[in-house]
Amino acid sequence: MTPAPAKRELQVTTNDCEIVMTRTFDAPRAAVFDAFTKPELIRRWLLGPDGWSMPVCEVDLRADGTFHYVWRNDADGQEFGLHGTYRAISPGERIEHVGNFDQPWYPDDATTTTAFAEHDGSTTVTMTQRFVSRQARDVALESGMTGGVAESFDRLESVLAT
Amino acid sequence: MEPFGYPEPSGGRLDATFMALADPTRRAILARLAAGEASVTQLAAPFAMSQPAISKHLKVLERAGLISRGRDAQRRPCRLEAKALGAATKWLEPYRALWERNFRRLDGLLAEIRTEPLPAKRRKTRRKTR
Repeated sequence: MTPAPAKRELQVTTNDCEIVMTRTFDAPRAAVFDAFTKPELIRRWLLGPDGWSMPVCEVDLRADGTFHYVWRNDADGQEFGLHGTYRAISPGERIEHVGNFDQPWYPDDATTTTAFAEHDGSTTVTMTQRFVSRQARDVALESGMTGGVAESFDRLESVLAT
Repeated sequence: MEPFGYPEPSGGRLDATFMALADPTRRAILARLAAGEASVTQLAAPFAMSQPAISKHLKVLERAGLISRGRDAQRRPCRLEAKALGAATKWLEPYRALWERNFRRLDGLLAEIRTEPLPAKRRKTRRKTR
């Protein structure tokens, strides 16, 4: 029997073209799902390193609906964005979206599936990010892609420029 | 130069490493080996598992480079290869750190959402919010 992962222990693993993250939150599933899908809640936590804010957070949560996030470095005003389309939504349970950055950092979109499972009042979130190739996955991993990215983008840009 | 100008850190081995680390029994074996080398019999003792089952786990760990087996034909003691484990952890660290920061913020937000609403009604059992 596999024990449930310890609360608040973030597990990050990779396989093939994927990155899989698992984290358990001390809250019911509906609340965690809201935090992942309501703009007024998303912009309060999906910020990456300290010092960034989210001036744009638009979510049209339905199949074929789109989303657009823009992050801003409060110190120097530097901005970058992430946009995408929802492929499938099961309210409270599962979200699948395809996304990419507004900036031409990655040639191919990545598919992210986020699943929410509740047990004993806690909710385990499993995020699976699927890339077109292992190479693309590794670039993403190296740069910290998806969601709260930022820190290493300067480095990535200089790599892509060579 | 590789496409994107960056070579994968150690071939495909990290995939094998993470696959190996994804299993709780194998993580428990590694934790045991962190305390010193051990034989299969010693490793099997704390688990409700047969030696062949443990041996299978050990093979996965060995292929991933996370453990090595001694030459002693009888005991073939297992020992932790801390370097491989370190390489895997280091590679993932910036990514993990970023998300850990996000999720800690989310912990705080969820605690806030929970305590905020409806101070009038106090119930022992938590009600579904939807």
